[in-house]
Amino acid sequence: MGKTLSDKVWESHVVHAAPGEPDLLYIDIQLVHEVTSPQAFDGLRLAGRGVRRPELTLATEDHNTPTENIFAPIADPVSKLQVDTLRANAAEFGVRIHSLGDKDQGVVHIIGPQLGITQPGLTMVCGDSHTSTHGAFGALAFGIGTSEVEHVLATQTLPQSRPKTMAVTVTGDLPDGVTPKDLVLALIAKVGTGGGQGYIVEYRGDAISKMSMEGRMTICNMSIEWGAKAGMIAPDQITFDYLKGRPHAPEGADWDAAVAYWSTLYTDPDAVFDAEVHLDATALAPFVTWGTNPGQGVPLSATVPNPSDFHNPVDRAAAEKALAYMGLTAGTPMREIPVDTVFLGSCTNGRIEDLRLAASILKGHKVADSVRMLVVPGSARVRVQAMSEGLDKVFTDAGAEWREAGCSMCLGMNPDQLKPGERSASTSNRNFEGRQGKGGRTHLVSPPVAAATAITGRLAAPADL
Amino acid sequence: MDKFTTHTGTAVPLRESNVDTDQIIPAVYLKRVTRSGFEDGLFAAWRNAPDFVLNNQAYTKGSILIAGPDFGTGSSREHAVWALQNYGFKVVIGSRFGDIFRGNSGKAGLVIAEVSQDVVDQLWAIAESEPGIAFTVDLRHKTIEAQDEVFEFAIDDYTRHRLLEGLDDIGLTLRHEEAITAFEAKRPSFLPKTLPARVAD
Ligand code: SF4
Repeated sequence: MGKTLSDKVWESHVVHAAPGEPDLLYIDIQLVHEVTSPQAFDGLRLAGRGVRRPELTLATEDHNTPTENIFAPIADPVSKLQVDTLRANAAEFGVRIHSLGDKDQGVVHIIGPQLGITQPGLTMVCGDSHTSTHGAFGALAFGIGTSEVEHVLATQTLPQSRPKTMAVTVTGDLPDGVTPKDLVLALIAKVGTGGGQGYIVEYRGDAISKMSMEGRMTICNMSIEWGAKAGMIAPDQITFDYLKGRPHAPEGADWDAAVAYWSTLYTDPDAVFDAEVHLDATALAPFVTWGTNPGQGVPLSATVPNPSDFHNPVDRAAAEKALAYMGLTAGTPMREIPVDTVFLGSCTNGRIEDLRLAASILKGHKVADSVRMLVVPGSARVRVQAMSEGLDKVFTDAGAEWREAGCSMCLGMNPDQLKPGERSASTSNRNFEGRQGKGGRTHLVSPPVAAATAITGRLAAPADL
Repeated sequence: MDKFTTHTGTAVPLRESNVDTDQIIPAVYLKRVTRSGFEDGLFAAWRNAPDFVLNNQAYTKGSILIAGPDFGTGSSREHAVWALQNYGFKVVIGSRFGDIFRGNSGKAGLVIAEVSQDVVDQLWAIAESEPGIAFTVDLRHKTIEAQDEVFEFAIDDYTRHRLLEGLDDIGLTLRHEEAITAFEAKRPSFLPKTLPARVAD
C-alpha cells in the first residue's frame, strides 16, 4: 500500500521507535518567541543543559511587542521583561534572533517562510499552535508547549505518538470574491472545532493546487482551529517558485537535490487515509463567524442562528452562551451587525497578498467614521514591501492606522486591544471570549470582508459597496 | 517531577464545553517568566461572576476538575496547565481534550483522565449532589472513585508510566543520544540552517 505525504515525512524523521512508546522524531527547525520560551531556557539552565543545535533554531519577538513607537523602550514592564528575557537567552545560548526594529522581525509564522527556512519535508515546531501554517510547504509542522520547547532545545528531538491521517479534498474553483479564509471558515463550520482532533490533515484537490502559497498558508494556519495536529499540502511548482532565491533556500547543486527530494513528497495514488472530507469550492461564499469559536460561522448572507436550531444540547448551550457574550439576537442578518474596529493582520492574513487585496478594495474609499481600522503587517518585510507598492498610503488615505509588524490585536497582549463590549471584524484566527481584549467581541472575516466592513461600518463584502 | 500514584481531593464540576486555553488563562496573564504565580489568571474572565463554580465555598479548594468536552483547545500556552496546577488542580477529567494541552499536561505532571461524556455527566451529577465531595483518582488502576462508584478512565500507557515513575522526559530521550547523533550524521546537506544568518537586502 502506498504512503501519504505525512507518512513519508514522519517516517523519514524517526530516530527511535519501540512498541508501546511514542516515536522519537528528529526536528529540523524550531522557531521560538518570547511568550512560550522563557521557562524552557530556564529549565535548560537549571539542568545544566545547552541548546543542542542552535543553527536549527530561530527566534523572533512578536506576541507582545508594540506596533507603535517601536524604538522607544517597551512601556509595559511585564512585556518588556519577556522580550528582554528572550534577548538574553538568545545571546546566552547562541540562538539567532530577529528583534523589534530588525528588518526580518515579524510574526514567527510569517518570517520562517519569508526567509526560505520553511521548506518541504521538514519537521518544524514552535511553542505556538499556529505552527501548522508551515504545512503549506509540505512540512510536518505543529505547535508544542513550553516543556516540549525545552525538550527540543536540549535534544533536537521530540517523542510523539503517531496521529491518524485525514484528507480534505476541495474540488472545483473558488468563486470570485471568495478567499482561502472563507474556505477554511466554511470547512470548520462544517466539521466542528473538534473535527480534526487526532489527525494530520492533508488539503488537496484543484482549489488547493491552484492556490498561491499565501492562500495555502492561510488554510494550513487554521488547521488547529478544528483540532488537527497539523495541516499539510503537497509541494509543487508553486512551492518551488516561492522558495527559489529566498535567503535560506538551497542553492546550486543543493537546490537540485532538494527539488528532486521535494518532488517525491506527495500522497501515493493507492495510499489510504483514515478519514476523508470533501468540500465543493464552487458552492462557497464569503463566510463570517457569529460566535465565540471559529466553528460558529455562517455565510455573510445568512442570519445569526437560533440556538434552538441546534439539536445537540451541548451545541445549543454553546450557541446560547455565545450569543449572550456577543450581544447578538438570533435572526439578525449578519450584514446588519455594526462593528467598532477592523483588524487586518496576523499570521492568518497578514501577508502581502492579504494587504494588496484589502487595499484594492479600500482605494478611493473612506473608513466609516464609527470605525477604527488597524492594519498590522505580519512582518517588517511585508511592511516594507507594502510601502514600496504604496499600500500604506492607500490605507492611511482611507483613514486606517498603519502600524509596525507583530501579532498585535490577534491576541491583545500588547496595547492593541478591544475594550469591553467593543466589536471587531478581524482577519485573525480566534474569536474566543476575550481573545482581543477583555469583553471584546470578534467576528472572523477575510481581508476583502474586513476592507468592505471598514467602509460600511457593518459586516459587508466588496460586492455590497 | 513528583511521582503520581493516587490523589484524593475535592471534585469541581465545570459545566462548559469548548473551554479553550484563552478561557483557562487569558493572554494578558502570560507575561511571567517563571512557572509559578499563574493561579491569578485561571479562568480570569469568570472569576468575578458570583455563580462561577470556583466561587462556591464548597469547591474553592478543588483539585480534581471535571471538564466538559473539548477542554484545552486553542493556543499552545502551557501556562494553562501551570495555572491549573498553581491553583491546586492535580487531575482534569473530561471526554475530549485539545492535543497540545494534553501533551503539555503530561509533561508538567497534570493527570488528564479521559472518560466518555456519559461518565462526565454522572460525575457532574455526583459532584453537584454533594458539593465539596472528594473523589479518588488512582493512576495505577486507571480508576476514579466517586461516592460508592468506580469509573475507569483512559490515559496512554507511556504517559501513565512516566507519571507513575516521575520520570523526566528529556532524561529519557537522552538515553537515545547515540541514535540521535547517528541520525544527524545522515541528514542531507541541503536542509536549512538558521546560522550563519542570511538575509535579503
Ligand atoms: S498572529 Fe496571532 S495566531 Fe499568529 S502567532 Fe501571533 S498571536 Fe498567534
